[in-house]
Amino acid sequence: MSSPLADAPARSVNINTVPLPESERRALTKKELSADHPTWCPGCGDFSVLALYFKLIEKRKLWHEKITTIAGIGCSSRFPYFVQAHGAHYIHGRALPFASGVSLSRPDLHVFVFGGDGDAFSIGGNHFNHTARKNIKMTYVVMDNWVYGLTKKQTSPTSPPGFKSKTDVWGAVDQPINPMKQAIAAGATFVARTTHTNPNHVLQMMEAAMDHDGFSFIECLSECVEFYEGAFDASNPRKGGVFNVVPAEHDITDEIAAYKLSDAPFPGHFGIFYKANRPTKNANEAKINSGNMEKVKGLKDWQILQKNFDRLK
Amino acid sequence: MSEATVAAPSTGGSPKISKISEAVIRIAGNSQDGIQAIGGFLARLAGRSEQEVMTFMTIPSTISGGPSIFQVRIGSGEVLSSGDEADVLLAFYQHSYEDHINSLKKNGIVLYDSDHVEPKLEWEKEYHHVGVPISGLTVEAIGGTAKDKGKNIFALGLVAKMFDLNVPKLTKLISERFTGKDASVLNNALAAFHAGYSHSLGSILETFQFVESQKKVGQQVVMNGNEALGYGLIAAGVRFGAGYPITPWSDVMELLRRELPKYGGIFVQCEDEIASISMALGASYAGRVAVTGSSGPGISLKTEALGWAVMAEMPLVICDIQRGGPSTGMPTNVEQSDLNIAVFGGHGDSPRVVLAPANVEDCFYTAIEAVNIAREFSVPVLILSDQAIATRIEAFPEPDLQKVCQDISPDLTPVTDHKPYDLSVSSGVTRHVAPGTRIQSGKYPIVTGLEHDELGHPTGSPKLHTQMVAKRRKKLQALAAKLPTPQLYGPSEGNVLLVGWGSTQGPIREAVDRARAGGDSVSSLHIKHLNPLPPGLENIFAGFNHVFVVEMNDEGIYGYGQLAGLLRARFCDPKIRGITKTDGLTFKVREILERAKSNVAAGLRKL
Repeated sequence: MSSPLADAPARSVNINTVPLPESERRALTKKELSADHPTWCPGCGDFSVLALYFKLIEKRKLWHEKITTIAGIGCSSRFPYFVQAHGAHYIHGRALPFASGVSLSRPDLHVFVFGGDGDAFSIGGNHFNHTARKNIKMTYVVMDNWVYGLTKKQTSPTSPPGFKSKTDVWGAVDQPINPMKQAIAAGATFVARTTHTNPNHVLQMMEAAMDHDGFSFIECLSECVEFYEGAFDASNPRKGGVFNVVPAEHDITDEIAAYKLSDAPFPGHFGIFYKANRPTKNANEAKINSGNMEKVKGLKDWQILQKNFDRLK
Repeated sequence: MSEATVAAPSTGGSPKISKISEAVIRIAGNSQDGIQAIGGFLARLAGRSEQEVMTFMTIPSTISGGPSIFQVRIGSGEVLSSGDEADVLLAFYQHSYEDHINSLKKNGIVLYDSDHVEPKLEWEKEYHHVGVPISGLTVEAIGGTAKDKGKNIFALGLVAKMFDLNVPKLTKLISERFTGKDASVLNNALAAFHAGYSHSLGSILETFQFVESQKKVGQQVVMNGNEALGYGLIAAGVRFGAGYPITPWSDVMELLRRELPKYGGIFVQCEDEIASISMALGASYAGRVAVTGSSGPGISLKTEALGWAVMAEMPLVICDIQRGGPSTGMPTNVEQSDLNIAVFGGHGDSPRVVLAPANVEDCFYTAIEAVNIAREFSVPVLILSDQAIATRIEAFPEPDLQKVCQDISPDLTPVTDHKPYDLSVSSGVTRHVAPGTRIQSGKYPIVTGLEHDELGHPTGSPKLHTQMVAKRRKKLQALAAKLPTPQLYGPSEGNVLLVGWGSTQGPIREAVDRARAGGDSVSSLHIKHLNPLPPGLENIFAGFNHVFVVEMNDEGIYGYGQLAGLLRARFCDPKIRGITKTDGLTFKVREILERAKSNVAAGLRKL
């Protein structure tokens, strides 16, 4: 399979890459990809997501220097420290605009963003909407555990009504966000749902997301064993639950159908809910650039600026 | 109006022609009347005539309508400020006339639209009144449907006649401005201009002629501060920016959005202020210093991310086009009240660099300096411009673009090993290695807002936190050691030293000139590097009995403006005192001199 970035718009920004002897390189191993030992609690669903990210990198033969792992704040957002590759641990809720800056200026990189439900839907809620509508090329995996874990059990925007937390001792009262609906309504062009207890499915979703030319969003249920144990049992066959994949007859290009599918009560469905082919912002900007650059073809940068200055005399 | 020594003799019954070296013209009307256009044409003409020019404008913060002024000071010699008092007031309405007559010099000329203005008897004795039915004559000249459109250009014709301006140059400017539009637009503009120019000025006693400029600076460019800042960033090699619209910063983002694609760059209009600094930081992280900017409340919103940039040691340029605050404050008025947030804003010990351009030309070069400091020291750099400098137009010598334009493309050459926060460097200065760079040791850097070890991994080690805090501080100390000591304006010893920063440089220097001409011992010092401060200031202060820091902000709880507070904290020198004001307007030369005089008379404050 060709690199998903092969058809990425070429940008004029001069990047002095030194060609690598690709033939000499083999797929990276888990050992080469592991950095710090994760700070997660034993049994945390996030371990599974990390392991599958390594597997994705290995399977798709991505190199250290070509991956950028970006996160905000939260338990799951510690992710970049555990990956031996270029990474950034940014501020709470703002990982998406940071990642957009990377994606828009560096078409040669794979941009992956990992985070939790608080980062994505509470403090960073508006960034989620705008990154989705602008269709900025990157993959965003939200490890949804329905609770604030790092700060030790407060209500999250995805906590179901009745969930008893330290900030809702009598049980959560606010309507939770439905991540699938949020993503579809915001204009995300790839919307999928998976769960940490089904590793093959997680990998499958990650691969499809990576190959999507646009903003690809995965909600991955990831259990917090410390503060919300058993939250997702109903989706885990090993715990007596059911893992229902998206029905075969579901048309993933049908926005309304995807929205309806998102309405199913928990455990709902798993798989790709929605996928659309809409030009990315990366491509739109490249198009604007090529039109503008055509007009100043052959001129050096200072000569382009000189033309402006000549008009200011 | 400064009269030159040569006065042409009055001939016959025609008005006297006086040779002048400079003039201040205040145009007062409503914001939709195109009075900025008149000012813009005059400024550009001055630039092309090798004259100096400085403008000043006020605009209401409403979309359309509301009183507005544009003041132009044109001089054959040096022009340092937009002028305290006008020689000529061009008034379109009764309110323009009544509100601005006080800005006119005694015996100055009021040129008014007699279709809208009813002159007052008591003022007719003090000022020379010239009434022209500007509205009616404009309609006559360009046709009945034009209504108020075109009267600005008609008035420009009147001014051109009064000051014997170069008509071919002016008509060329008008043609350039309206080229590309419907041909009738240009024809109407030229018709209005010529109608104004050929209109008899009637009872006017004299017309004026500028003496030839002594400047001879060669080719000049004419632009406002926001344009100079935007073009400076492009010259510096910035190819990515992100922002959110807010007055008066928006012009810079509009310019970059329009221009950057020609260079293969991108400017993104974001959903909010936080997203825009975050996106710019992402682009900087990706390898090329990026820019964001804002004004007023937007700067407050960006401070958390600014702290990340300090902690993660990420280069970034942040433009702050200051306006009146706090909160929404006075969006279209000037203030220098963001120095504290620029230097200290945010939680934790977060040293960053703060620079302030002194004039429009300096906006261009400060942008380049900011980018280079950010790159070299891996630190966020704030540029403190302000509403006055952003909107005023000046002419300055054309930069040698071939020489100043730089390429700052990321260098992705593989490295053997890399520690983003290497503690072994005594200066604390480490460089950012962008993603895409292969690191042969197999150990890859993480950039982070958590306190970290040398590779960027989190740590709670007391020793490492102490060392990393010191590293971030030492970088700025290393920068400070390299900064030039600012040059004094005037002798190095005397009674009073006026200290300024940012856009007040011009009026302060003019105050020095005027004071010295009157026999007072006054010098001035302009500080461009506000954080860290340059070395050697204490030696300069030692030469004076009084040090007055002139700034457009409040005297604060303890009686000192924001820079005065910084300098007092730094030098513990009780002779440092403040001359501050918060009326949202630029300093008049007279105000500075009066305040300095009363400060000296009051003597040092008793503690």
